[in-house]
Amino acid sequence: MSAHPEPVIRLHNLTLAYDRHPAVHHLSGTLKAGSLTAIAGPNGAGKSTLMKAIVGELKPAEGRIEHRLGRTEIGYLPQAAEINRRFPIDVLDTVLLGDWKASGAFGRVRHAAMERARQALQTVGLDGFEKRPIGSLSAGQFQRVLFARLLLQDARVILLDEPFTAIDARTTRDLLEIVASWHGEGRTVVAVLHDFDQVRSHFPETLLIARELIGWGPTEEVMAPENLMRARAMAERFDENAEVCEPAA
Amino acid sequence: MSAYDIFLAPMVDYGFMRRALVACLCLALGSGPIGVFLMMRRMSLMGDALSHAVLPGAAIGYLVAGSLSLTAMGLGGLVAGLSVALLSGAVSRATVLSEDASFASFYLASLALGVLIVSLRGSNIDLLHVLFGTILAIDAPALTQIGAITSLTLVVLAVIYRPLVAECFDPGFLRAVGGRGPLYHVAFLLMVVLNLVASFQALGTLMAVGLMMLPAAIAQLWAKNLPAMLAVAVGTALVSGYFGLIASYHLEIASGPTIIMTAAILYGISIFIAPSGIARRYFPRPHLKG
Repeated sequence: MSAHPEPVIRLHNLTLAYDRHPAVHHLSGTLKAGSLTAIAGPNGAGKSTLMKAIVGELKPAEGRIEHRLGRTEIGYLPQAAEINRRFPIDVLDTVLLGDWKASGAFGRVRHAAMERARQALQTVGLDGFEKRPIGSLSAGQFQRVLFARLLLQDARVILLDEPFTAIDARTTRDLLEIVASWHGEGRTVVAVLHDFDQVRSHFPETLLIARELIGWGPTEEVMAPENLMRARAMAERFDENAEVCEPAA
Repeated sequence: MSAYDIFLAPMVDYGFMRRALVACLCLALGSGPIGVFLMMRRMSLMGDALSHAVLPGAAIGYLVAGSLSLTAMGLGGLVAGLSVALLSGAVSRATVLSEDASFASFYLASLALGVLIVSLRGSNIDLLHVLFGTILAIDAPALTQIGAITSLTLVVLAVIYRPLVAECFDPGFLRAVGGRGPLYHVAFLLMVVLNLVASFQALGTLMAVGLMMLPAAIAQLWAKNLPAMLAVAVGTALVSGYFGLIASYHLEIASGPTIIMTAAILYGISIFIAPSGIARRYFPRPHLKG
Protein backbone atom coordinates (compact mmCIF):
# COMPACT_ATOMS: atom_id res chain seq x y z
CA MET A 1 0.00 0.00 0.00
CA SER A 2 1.35 3.47 -0.86
CA ALA A 3 1.65 6.27 1.70
CA HIS A 4 -1.17 8.20 0.03
CA PRO A 5 -3.64 5.60 -1.11
CA GLU A 6 -6.11 6.43 -3.86
CA PRO A 7 -9.74 7.04 -2.93
CA VAL A 8 -12.07 4.22 -4.07
CA ILE A 9 -15.37 5.83 -3.07
CA ARG A 10 -16.07 9.53 -2.52
CA LEU A 11 -19.20 10.93 -0.92
CA HIS A 12 -20.05 14.44 -2.06
CA ASN A 13 -22.50 16.27 0.23
CA LEU A 14 -24.61 13.11 0.31
CA THR A 15 -28.14 13.24 1.67
CA LEU A 16 -30.28 10.09 1.78
CA ALA A 17 -33.92 10.52 2.71
CA TYR A 18 -37.04 8.53 3.48
CA ASP A 19 -40.18 10.43 2.58
CA ARG A 20 -38.11 13.67 2.39
CA HIS A 21 -36.75 13.24 5.95
CA PRO A 22 -32.95 12.83 5.93
CA ALA A 23 -31.62 9.52 7.24
CA VAL A 24 -28.10 10.66 6.28
CA HIS A 25 -27.60 14.41 6.02
CA HIS A 26 -24.89 16.26 4.01
CA LEU A 27 -22.20 13.61 4.38
CA SER A 28 -18.90 14.16 2.60
CA GLY A 29 -15.71 12.12 2.78
CA THR A 30 -13.45 9.56 1.17
CA LEU A 31 -12.90 5.84 1.51
CA LYS A 32 -9.27 5.17 0.71
CA ALA A 33 -7.96 2.07 -1.03
CA GLY A 34 -6.84 -0.56 1.43
CA SER A 35 -8.57 1.02 4.43
CA LEU A 36 -10.43 -1.01 7.05
CA THR A 37 -13.31 1.15 8.24
CA ALA A 38 -16.14 0.58 10.70
CA ILE A 39 -19.38 2.49 10.28
CA ALA A 40 -20.68 3.00 13.80
CA GLY A 41 -23.57 4.86 15.34
CA PRO A 42 -26.80 4.34 17.28
CA ASN A 43 -29.90 2.63 15.86
CA GLY A 44 -31.48 4.76 13.16
CA ALA A 45 -28.19 6.59 12.52
CA GLY A 46 -28.31 5.79 8.78
CA LYS A 47 -25.51 3.21 8.69
CA SER A 48 -27.29 0.57 6.60
CA THR A 49 -28.97 3.29 4.55
CA LEU A 50 -25.51 4.56 3.60
CA MET A 51 -24.44 1.03 2.61
CA LYS A 52 -27.50 0.62 0.42
CA ALA A 53 -26.79 3.92 -1.30
CA ILE A 54 -23.17 2.91 -1.97
CA VAL A 55 -24.29 -0.31 -3.70
CA GLY A 56 -26.95 1.57 -5.67
CA GLU A 57 -30.08 0.35 -3.88
CA LEU A 58 -31.05 3.88 -2.81
CA LYS A 59 -30.91 7.05 -4.86
CA PRO A 60 -29.48 10.13 -3.11
CA ALA A 61 -31.94 12.91 -2.30
CA GLU A 62 -29.02 15.29 -2.76
CA GLY A 63 -25.31 15.03 -3.50
CA ARG A 64 -23.64 12.05 -5.13
CA ILE A 65 -21.46 9.00 -4.66
CA GLU A 66 -18.39 8.75 -6.85
CA HIS A 67 -17.16 5.21 -7.53
CA ARG A 68 -13.62 4.83 -8.81
CA LEU A 69 -14.06 1.11 -9.49
CA GLY A 70 -16.60 -0.91 -11.47
CA ARG A 71 -19.63 -2.53 -9.88
CA THR A 72 -18.11 -5.99 -10.10
CA GLU A 73 -15.27 -4.79 -7.87
CA ILE A 74 -17.68 -4.29 -4.96
CA GLY A 75 -18.60 -7.25 -2.79
CA TYR A 76 -21.64 -6.61 -0.61
CA LEU A 77 -22.90 -8.60 2.33
CA PRO A 78 -26.44 -7.41 3.08
CA GLN A 79 -28.18 -7.94 6.40
CA ALA A 80 -29.19 -11.61 6.57
CA ALA A 81 -32.88 -10.65 6.90
CA GLU A 82 -32.88 -9.33 3.32
CA ILE A 83 -32.15 -12.77 1.84
CA ASN A 84 -34.86 -15.33 1.08
CA ARG A 85 -33.62 -18.20 3.28
CA ARG A 86 -36.50 -20.44 2.15
CA PHE A 87 -35.26 -20.48 -1.43
CA PRO A 88 -34.38 -24.07 -2.43
CA ILE A 89 -30.70 -23.54 -3.15
CA ASP A 90 -27.76 -25.43 -1.66
CA VAL A 91 -24.63 -24.06 -0.05
CA LEU A 92 -22.29 -24.66 -3.03
CA ASP A 93 -24.62 -22.95 -5.52
CA THR A 94 -24.95 -19.97 -3.15
CA VAL A 95 -21.18 -19.61 -2.92
CA LEU A 96 -20.84 -20.00 -6.71
CA LEU A 97 -22.92 -16.84 -7.20
CA GLY A 98 -19.69 -15.16 -6.07
CA ASP A 99 -18.17 -16.13 -9.42
CA TRP A 100 -20.41 -13.53 -11.10
CA LYS A 101 -17.48 -11.37 -12.20
CA ALA A 102 -16.08 -14.25 -14.30
CA SER A 103 -19.19 -16.16 -15.35
CA GLY A 104 -21.64 -13.24 -15.45
CA ALA A 105 -25.37 -13.75 -15.85
CA PHE A 106 -25.16 -16.29 -18.64
CA GLY A 107 -21.69 -17.88 -18.59
CA ARG A 108 -20.80 -21.36 -17.49
CA VAL A 109 -19.26 -21.88 -14.06
CA ARG A 110 -15.85 -23.36 -14.73
CA HIS A 111 -14.17 -26.19 -12.90
CA ALA A 112 -11.62 -23.80 -11.38
CA ALA A 113 -14.44 -21.69 -9.86
CA MET A 114 -15.98 -24.85 -8.42
CA GLU A 115 -12.65 -25.69 -6.79
CA ARG A 116 -12.28 -22.15 -5.44
CA ALA A 117 -15.81 -22.34 -4.01
CA ARG A 118 -14.92 -25.56 -2.18
CA GLN A 119 -11.73 -23.95 -0.86
CA ALA A 120 -13.73 -20.91 0.29
CA LEU A 121 -16.08 -23.22 2.18
CA GLN A 122 -13.06 -24.87 3.80
CA THR A 123 -11.69 -21.46 4.80
CA VAL A 124 -14.92 -20.51 6.57
CA GLY A 125 -15.07 -23.92 8.27
CA LEU A 126 -17.94 -25.40 6.26
CA ASP A 127 -16.20 -28.30 4.55
CA GLY A 128 -18.80 -30.99 3.82
CA PHE A 129 -21.72 -28.56 3.76
CA GLU A 130 -21.76 -28.25 -0.05
CA LYS A 131 -25.10 -29.97 -0.65
CA ARG A 132 -26.91 -28.67 2.44
CA PRO A 133 -29.98 -26.51 1.63
CA ILE A 134 -29.42 -23.00 2.99
CA GLY A 135 -32.75 -23.20 4.86
CA SER A 136 -31.26 -25.87 7.13
CA LEU A 137 -28.31 -23.72 8.29
CA SER A 138 -28.01 -21.79 11.54
CA ALA A 139 -27.59 -18.01 11.41
CA GLY A 140 -23.85 -18.35 12.03
CA GLN A 141 -23.40 -21.06 9.38
CA PHE A 142 -25.33 -18.99 6.86
CA GLN A 143 -23.15 -15.98 7.57
CA ARG A 144 -20.09 -18.17 6.94
CA VAL A 145 -21.62 -19.15 3.58
CA LEU A 146 -22.01 -15.48 2.66
CA PHE A 147 -18.40 -14.85 3.64
CA ALA A 148 -17.37 -17.78 1.43
CA ARG A 149 -19.29 -16.15 -1.43
CA LEU A 150 -17.36 -12.93 -0.79
CA LEU A 151 -14.09 -14.89 -0.83
CA LEU A 152 -15.00 -16.26 -4.26
CA GLN A 153 -16.09 -12.82 -5.43
CA ASP A 154 -12.52 -11.60 -4.98
CA ALA A 155 -13.71 -7.96 -4.92
CA ARG A 156 -11.39 -5.02 -4.22
CA VAL A 157 -14.00 -3.27 -2.07
CA ILE A 158 -15.98 -5.28 0.48
CA LEU A 159 -19.01 -3.84 2.24
CA LEU A 160 -20.41 -5.73 5.23
CA ASP A 161 -23.76 -4.71 6.73
CA GLU A 162 -23.97 -5.90 10.34
CA PRO A 163 -21.93 -9.04 9.62
CA PHE A 164 -21.75 -10.24 13.23
CA THR A 165 -25.33 -9.74 14.40
CA ALA A 166 -26.83 -12.87 16.03
CA ILE A 167 -23.54 -14.74 15.56
CA ASP A 168 -21.74 -16.65 18.33
CA ALA A 169 -18.31 -15.58 19.64
CA ARG A 170 -16.37 -18.32 17.85
CA THR A 171 -17.92 -17.59 14.46
CA THR A 172 -17.38 -13.86 15.00
CA ARG A 173 -13.73 -14.48 15.80
CA ASP A 174 -13.27 -16.65 12.68
CA LEU A 175 -14.99 -14.11 10.44
CA LEU A 176 -12.97 -11.24 11.94
CA GLU A 177 -9.84 -13.18 10.96
CA ILE A 178 -11.09 -13.27 7.37
CA VAL A 179 -11.76 -9.52 7.51
CA ALA A 180 -8.19 -8.98 8.78
CA SER A 181 -6.80 -11.14 5.95
CA TRP A 182 -8.73 -9.08 3.37
CA HIS A 183 -7.21 -5.95 4.89
CA GLY A 184 -3.77 -7.59 4.76
CA GLU A 185 -4.28 -8.27 1.05
CA GLY A 186 -4.85 -4.55 0.46
CA ARG A 187 -8.61 -4.73 -0.10
CA THR A 188 -10.86 -1.91 1.12
CA VAL A 189 -13.24 -3.21 3.79
CA VAL A 190 -16.15 -1.33 5.34
CA ALA A 191 -18.38 -2.87 8.01
CA VAL A 192 -21.48 -1.59 9.80
CA LEU A 193 -21.04 -2.54 13.46
CA HIS A 194 -22.91 -2.09 16.73
CA ASP A 195 -20.26 -3.39 19.08
CA PHE A 196 -17.96 -0.45 19.94
CA ASP A 197 -15.36 -2.77 21.54
CA GLN A 198 -15.15 -4.68 18.25
CA VAL A 199 -14.72 -1.37 16.42
CA ARG A 200 -11.90 -0.26 18.72
CA SER A 201 -10.00 -3.55 18.65
CA HIS A 202 -10.29 -4.53 14.98
CA PHE A 203 -10.93 -1.44 12.84
CA PRO A 204 -8.24 1.24 12.48
CA GLU A 205 -10.65 3.73 10.83
CA THR A 206 -14.16 4.67 11.87
CA LEU A 207 -17.00 6.63 10.36
CA LEU A 208 -19.27 7.65 13.24
CA ILE A 209 -22.66 8.88 12.07
CA ALA A 210 -25.87 9.85 13.76
CA ARG A 211 -27.94 10.89 10.73
CA GLU A 212 -25.10 13.35 10.14
CA LEU A 213 -21.35 13.10 10.29
CA ILE A 214 -19.94 12.98 13.83
CA GLY A 215 -16.41 11.93 12.94
CA TRP A 216 -14.42 10.09 10.26
CA GLY A 217 -10.81 9.09 10.73
CA PRO A 218 -8.57 7.07 13.07
CA THR A 219 -10.75 5.04 15.41
CA GLU A 220 -9.21 6.25 18.70
CA GLU A 221 -9.89 9.88 17.73
CA VAL A 222 -13.37 9.34 16.32
CA MET A 223 -14.54 7.16 19.21
CA ALA A 224 -13.66 9.84 21.78
CA PRO A 225 -16.21 10.22 24.61
CA GLU A 226 -17.44 13.63 23.42
CA ASN A 227 -18.20 12.22 19.94
CA LEU A 228 -20.05 9.25 21.41
CA MET A 229 -22.08 11.65 23.58
CA ARG A 230 -23.03 13.64 20.48
CA ALA A 231 -24.01 10.45 18.65
CA ARG A 232 -26.19 9.32 21.54
CA ALA A 233 -27.94 12.69 21.61
CA MET A 234 -29.09 12.18 18.00
CA ALA A 235 -32.78 12.75 17.36
CA GLU A 236 -33.93 9.32 16.11
CA ARG A 237 -37.44 10.58 15.39
CA PHE A 238 -38.15 12.50 12.21
CA ASP A 239 -39.30 16.09 12.80
CA GLU A 240 -42.75 16.24 11.18
CA ASN A 241 -42.66 20.06 11.25
CA ALA A 242 -39.17 20.41 9.82
CA GLU A 243 -38.55 23.21 7.34
CA VAL A 244 -37.14 22.65 3.88
CA CYS A 245 -33.34 22.25 3.98
CA GLU A 246 -32.12 25.00 1.64
CA PRO A 247 -28.86 24.38 -0.23
CA ALA A 248 -25.91 26.35 1.19
CA ALA A 249 -25.25 29.61 -0.69
CA MET B 1 -62.88 -52.67 -21.22
CA SER B 2 -59.13 -53.28 -21.64
CA ALA B 3 -56.33 -51.02 -20.51
CA TYR B 4 -55.81 -50.15 -24.18
CA ASP B 5 -59.44 -49.02 -24.49
CA ILE B 6 -59.13 -46.89 -21.37
CA PHE B 7 -55.72 -45.29 -21.77
CA LEU B 8 -54.77 -45.35 -25.45
CA ALA B 9 -57.84 -45.76 -27.65
CA PRO B 10 -59.16 -42.20 -27.16
CA MET B 11 -55.81 -40.80 -28.33
CA VAL B 12 -55.42 -43.29 -31.19
CA ASP B 13 -58.97 -42.87 -32.46
CA TYR B 14 -59.50 -39.11 -32.27
CA GLY B 15 -57.38 -36.28 -33.67
CA PHE B 16 -58.90 -33.72 -31.32
CA MET B 17 -57.75 -35.81 -28.32
CA ARG B 18 -54.22 -36.07 -29.73
CA ARG B 19 -54.08 -32.31 -30.29
CA ALA B 20 -55.38 -31.72 -26.76
CA LEU B 21 -52.74 -34.08 -25.39
CA VAL B 22 -49.94 -32.31 -27.27
CA ALA B 23 -51.29 -28.97 -26.00
CA CYS B 24 -51.19 -30.31 -22.43
CA LEU B 25 -47.64 -31.57 -22.98
CA CYS B 26 -46.53 -28.13 -24.18
CA LEU B 27 -48.35 -26.33 -21.37
CA ALA B 28 -46.77 -28.64 -18.79
CA LEU B 29 -43.26 -28.01 -20.12
CA GLY B 30 -43.70 -24.22 -20.13
CA SER B 31 -46.11 -23.48 -17.30
CA GLY B 32 -44.61 -25.93 -14.78
CA PRO B 33 -41.25 -24.13 -14.40
CA ILE B 34 -42.91 -20.70 -14.63
CA GLY B 35 -45.21 -21.66 -11.73
CA VAL B 36 -42.24 -22.77 -9.60
CA PHE B 37 -40.48 -19.43 -10.12
CA LEU B 38 -43.71 -17.53 -9.42
CA MET B 39 -44.06 -19.40 -6.15
CA MET B 40 -40.42 -18.89 -5.23
CA ARG B 41 -40.86 -15.15 -5.83
CA ARG B 42 -43.92 -15.23 -3.54
CA MET B 43 -46.08 -14.20 -6.49
CA SER B 44 -48.42 -17.21 -6.57
CA LEU B 45 -51.58 -15.10 -6.61
CA MET B 46 -50.18 -12.66 -9.14
CA GLY B 47 -50.35 -15.42 -11.74
CA ASP B 48 -54.06 -15.67 -11.02
CA ALA B 49 -54.48 -11.90 -11.27
CA LEU B 50 -52.61 -11.84 -14.58
CA SER B 51 -54.69 -14.68 -15.98
CA HIS B 52 -57.81 -12.58 -15.40
CA ALA B 53 -56.11 -9.54 -16.87
CA VAL B 54 -55.87 -11.13 -20.34
CA LEU B 55 -59.67 -11.14 -20.67
CA PRO B 56 -60.31 -7.70 -22.27
CA GLY B 57 -57.59 -8.30 -24.85
CA ALA B 58 -59.06 -11.69 -25.68
CA ALA B 59 -62.53 -10.14 -25.90
CA ILE B 60 -61.31 -7.42 -28.27
CA GLY B 61 -59.56 -10.11 -30.33
CA TYR B 62 -62.83 -12.00 -30.47
CA LEU B 63 -64.72 -8.88 -31.58
CA VAL B 64 -62.16 -7.98 -34.24
CA ALA B 65 -61.94 -11.52 -35.64
CA GLY B 66 -65.72 -11.92 -35.39
CA SER B 67 -65.37 -15.49 -34.17
CA LEU B 68 -63.60 -17.61 -31.59
CA SER B 69 -60.25 -17.17 -33.36
CA LEU B 70 -57.66 -18.43 -30.93
CA THR B 71 -54.88 -16.48 -32.66
CA ALA B 72 -56.71 -13.13 -32.50
CA MET B 73 -57.81 -13.75 -28.92
CA GLY B 74 -54.34 -14.90 -27.96
CA LEU B 75 -52.73 -11.78 -29.40
CA GLY B 76 -55.28 -9.54 -27.68
CA GLY B 77 -54.73 -11.41 -24.42
CA LEU B 78 -50.99 -11.02 -24.74
CA VAL B 79 -51.25 -7.25 -25.19
CA ALA B 80 -53.71 -6.89 -22.28
CA GLY B 81 -51.72 -9.14 -19.93
CA LEU B 82 -48.44 -7.42 -20.69
CA SER B 83 -50.00 -3.98 -20.27
CA VAL B 84 -51.35 -4.90 -16.84
CA ALA B 85 -48.04 -6.48 -15.79
CA LEU B 86 -45.93 -3.52 -16.90
CA LEU B 87 -48.35 -0.84 -15.68
CA SER B 88 -48.62 -2.50 -12.27
CA GLY B 89 -44.83 -2.64 -12.00
CA ALA B 90 -44.49 1.00 -13.07
CA VAL B 91 -47.17 2.19 -10.61
CA SER B 92 -45.60 0.27 -7.71
CA ARG B 93 -42.20 1.81 -8.45
CA ALA B 94 -43.60 5.34 -8.77
CA THR B 95 -46.02 5.27 -5.80
CA VAL B 96 -46.24 3.81 -2.30
CA LEU B 97 -48.42 0.92 -3.57
CA SER B 98 -46.78 -2.50 -3.38
CA GLU B 99 -46.69 -4.56 -6.58
CA ASP B 100 -49.44 -6.95 -5.44
CA ALA B 101 -51.74 -4.03 -4.53
CA SER B 102 -51.34 -2.37 -7.94
CA PHE B 103 -51.71 -5.78 -9.64
CA ALA B 104 -55.00 -6.32 -7.80
CA SER B 105 -56.33 -2.92 -8.91
CA PHE B 106 -55.32 -3.32 -12.54
CA TYR B 107 -56.49 -6.88 -12.94
CA LEU B 108 -59.92 -6.11 -11.46
CA ALA B 109 -60.32 -3.17 -13.84
CA SER B 110 -59.14 -5.38 -16.69
CA LEU B 111 -61.48 -8.25 -15.79
CA ALA B 112 -64.47 -5.91 -15.51
CA LEU B 113 -63.65 -4.36 -18.87
CA GLY B 114 -63.30 -7.79 -20.44
CA VAL B 115 -66.65 -9.06 -19.18
CA LEU B 116 -68.29 -5.80 -20.34
CA ILE B 117 -66.85 -6.16 -23.84
CA VAL B 118 -67.92 -9.81 -24.11
CA SER B 119 -71.41 -9.10 -22.78
CA LEU B 120 -71.88 -6.19 -25.22
CA ARG B 121 -71.34 -8.28 -28.31
CA GLY B 122 -71.12 -11.95 -27.46
CA SER B 123 -73.52 -14.56 -26.19
CA ASN B 124 -73.37 -16.46 -22.90
CA ILE B 125 -71.87 -19.40 -24.74
CA ASP B 126 -68.99 -17.23 -26.00
CA LEU B 127 -68.40 -16.02 -22.47
CA LEU B 128 -68.24 -19.63 -21.26
CA HIS B 129 -65.62 -20.41 -23.93
CA VAL B 130 -63.54 -17.45 -22.79
CA LEU B 131 -63.89 -18.29 -19.12
CA PHE B 132 -63.37 -22.06 -19.31
CA GLY B 133 -61.42 -22.59 -22.55
CA THR B 134 -61.87 -25.08 -25.35
CA ILE B 135 -59.03 -27.56 -25.19
CA LEU B 136 -60.79 -30.09 -27.39
CA ALA B 137 -61.27 -27.44 -30.10
CA ILE B 138 -57.58 -26.64 -30.41
CA ASP B 139 -56.60 -26.72 -34.09
CA ALA B 140 -53.22 -26.97 -35.77
CA PRO B 141 -52.47 -23.19 -35.85
CA ALA B 142 -53.37 -22.84 -32.16
CA LEU B 143 -51.19 -25.85 -31.38
CA THR B 144 -48.30 -24.28 -33.28
CA GLN B 145 -48.78 -21.10 -31.27
CA ILE B 146 -48.76 -22.97 -27.95
CA GLY B 147 -45.69 -24.97 -29.04
CA ALA B 148 -43.87 -21.79 -30.05
CA ILE B 149 -44.64 -20.17 -26.68
CA THR B 150 -43.38 -23.26 -24.85
CA SER B 151 -40.17 -23.36 -26.90
CA LEU B 152 -39.54 -19.66 -26.31
CA THR B 153 -40.23 -20.07 -22.58
CA LEU B 154 -37.75 -22.91 -22.21
CA VAL B 155 -35.05 -21.04 -24.13
CA VAL B 156 -35.60 -17.79 -22.16
CA LEU B 157 -35.66 -19.63 -18.82
CA ALA B 158 -32.45 -21.45 -19.72
CA VAL B 159 -30.77 -18.16 -20.65
CA ILE B 160 -31.91 -16.13 -17.62
CA TYR B 161 -31.88 -19.01 -15.11
CA ARG B 162 -28.88 -17.78 -13.13
CA PRO B 163 -29.90 -14.12 -12.71
CA LEU B 164 -33.48 -15.20 -12.09
CA VAL B 165 -32.36 -17.46 -9.25
CA ALA B 166 -30.15 -14.66 -7.87
CA GLU B 167 -33.05 -12.21 -8.09
CA CYS B 168 -35.44 -14.56 -6.26
CA PHE B 169 -32.93 -15.52 -3.61
CA ASP B 170 -30.84 -12.41 -2.97
CA PRO B 171 -31.92 -9.36 -5.00
CA GLY B 172 -29.49 -7.14 -3.07
CA PHE B 173 -26.56 -9.21 -4.32
CA LEU B 174 -27.73 -8.94 -7.93
CA ARG B 175 -28.08 -5.17 -7.62
CA ALA B 176 -24.64 -4.88 -6.03
CA VAL B 177 -22.95 -6.73 -8.93
CA GLY B 178 -24.88 -4.59 -11.44
CA GLY B 179 -27.01 -7.57 -12.47
CA ARG B 180 -29.97 -5.63 -13.94
CA GLY B 181 -32.62 -7.32 -11.78
CA PRO B 182 -35.58 -5.33 -13.21
CA LEU B 183 -34.70 -6.51 -16.74
CA TYR B 184 -34.98 -10.17 -15.72
CA HIS B 185 -38.11 -9.42 -13.74
CA VAL B 186 -39.75 -7.97 -16.86
CA ALA B 187 -38.50 -10.87 -19.03
CA PHE B 188 -39.97 -13.29 -16.50
CA LEU B 189 -43.31 -11.44 -16.40
CA LEU B 190 -43.38 -11.59 -20.20
CA MET B 191 -42.99 -15.37 -20.00
CA VAL B 192 -45.76 -15.55 -17.38
CA VAL B 193 -48.14 -13.64 -19.64
CA LEU B 194 -47.19 -15.66 -22.74
CA ASN B 195 -47.82 -18.92 -20.90
CA LEU B 196 -51.11 -17.64 -19.55
CA VAL B 197 -52.16 -16.78 -23.10
CA ALA B 198 -51.23 -20.31 -24.19
CA SER B 199 -53.14 -21.84 -21.27
CA PHE B 200 -56.02 -19.44 -21.73
CA GLN B 201 -56.78 -20.95 -25.13
CA ALA B 202 -56.97 -24.41 -23.60
CA LEU B 203 -58.26 -23.84 -20.11
CA GLY B 204 -59.91 -20.40 -20.17
CA THR B 205 -59.10 -17.31 -18.14
CA LEU B 206 -60.48 -18.77 -14.92
CA MET B 207 -58.24 -21.83 -14.90
CA ALA B 208 -55.29 -20.80 -17.07
CA VAL B 209 -53.16 -20.51 -13.98
CA GLY B 210 -54.14 -24.01 -12.82
CA LEU B 211 -51.37 -25.87 -14.66
CA MET B 212 -48.90 -23.30 -13.31
CA MET B 213 -49.60 -23.09 -9.62
CA LEU B 214 -50.96 -26.52 -8.64
CA PRO B 215 -47.93 -28.41 -10.03
CA ALA B 216 -45.64 -25.80 -8.45
CA ALA B 217 -47.26 -26.28 -5.04
CA ILE B 218 -47.05 -30.07 -5.41
CA ALA B 219 -43.37 -29.74 -6.39
CA GLN B 220 -42.60 -27.76 -3.24
CA LEU B 221 -44.13 -30.53 -1.14
CA TRP B 222 -42.02 -33.25 -2.78
CA ALA B 223 -38.68 -31.70 -3.78
CA LYS B 224 -35.95 -29.94 -1.81
CA ASN B 225 -33.91 -28.24 -4.52
CA LEU B 226 -34.84 -26.11 -7.50
CA PRO B 227 -33.98 -28.49 -10.37
CA ALA B 228 -35.96 -31.29 -8.68
CA MET B 229 -38.87 -28.88 -8.11
CA LEU B 230 -38.89 -27.93 -11.78
CA ALA B 231 -38.89 -31.61 -12.79
CA VAL B 232 -41.70 -32.53 -10.37
CA ALA B 233 -43.79 -29.55 -11.52
CA VAL B 234 -43.45 -30.52 -15.19
CA GLY B 235 -44.13 -34.19 -14.42
CA THR B 236 -47.21 -33.40 -12.36
CA ALA B 237 -48.59 -31.10 -15.03
CA LEU B 238 -48.02 -33.81 -17.66
CA VAL B 239 -49.74 -36.48 -15.57
CA SER B 240 -52.65 -34.10 -14.80
CA GLY B 241 -53.06 -33.27 -18.49
CA TYR B 242 -53.06 -36.88 -19.66
CA PHE B 243 -55.25 -38.38 -16.94
CA GLY B 244 -57.53 -35.34 -16.96
CA LEU B 245 -58.15 -35.78 -20.68
CA ILE B 246 -58.71 -39.54 -20.35
CA ALA B 247 -61.11 -39.05 -17.42
CA SER B 248 -63.06 -36.30 -19.18
CA TYR B 249 -63.40 -38.53 -22.28
CA HIS B 250 -64.74 -41.56 -20.43
CA LEU B 251 -66.89 -39.66 -17.96
CA GLU B 252 -68.11 -37.25 -20.65
CA ILE B 253 -67.34 -34.16 -18.61
CA ALA B 254 -65.62 -30.86 -19.48
CA SER B 255 -61.92 -31.38 -20.21
CA GLY B 256 -60.36 -28.17 -18.84
CA PRO B 257 -61.86 -28.41 -15.35
CA THR B 258 -61.12 -32.17 -15.26
CA ILE B 259 -57.43 -31.55 -15.98
CA ILE B 260 -57.25 -28.96 -13.19
CA MET B 261 -59.24 -31.24 -10.85
CA THR B 262 -56.73 -34.03 -11.53
CA ALA B 263 -53.92 -31.65 -10.53
CA ALA B 264 -55.97 -30.64 -7.46
CA ILE B 265 -56.41 -34.30 -6.46
CA LEU B 266 -52.64 -34.85 -6.81
CA TYR B 267 -52.16 -31.75 -4.64
CA GLY B 268 -54.58 -33.13 -2.03
CA ILE B 269 -52.75 -36.47 -1.94
CA SER B 270 -49.38 -34.71 -1.77
CA ILE B 271 -50.49 -32.64 1.22
CA PHE B 272 -50.92 -35.89 3.12
CA ILE B 273 -48.11 -38.14 1.91
CA ALA B 274 -45.34 -35.90 0.52
CA PRO B 275 -42.08 -35.57 2.52
CA SER B 276 -42.88 -31.95 3.38
CA GLY B 277 -46.61 -32.56 3.91
CA ILE B 278 -48.76 -33.43 6.90
CA ALA B 279 -47.23 -36.92 7.19
CA ARG B 280 -43.92 -35.40 8.32
CA ARG B 281 -45.67 -33.73 11.21
CA TYR B 282 -47.79 -36.60 12.46
CA PHE B 283 -45.59 -39.55 11.48
CA PRO B 284 -42.05 -38.25 12.00
CA ARG B 285 -39.23 -40.56 10.97
CA PRO B 286 -36.81 -41.48 13.78
CA HIS B 287 -33.98 -39.00 14.18
CA LEU B 288 -30.37 -39.86 13.34
CA LYS B 289 -27.31 -39.97 15.57
CA GLY B 290 -25.37 -37.20 13.93
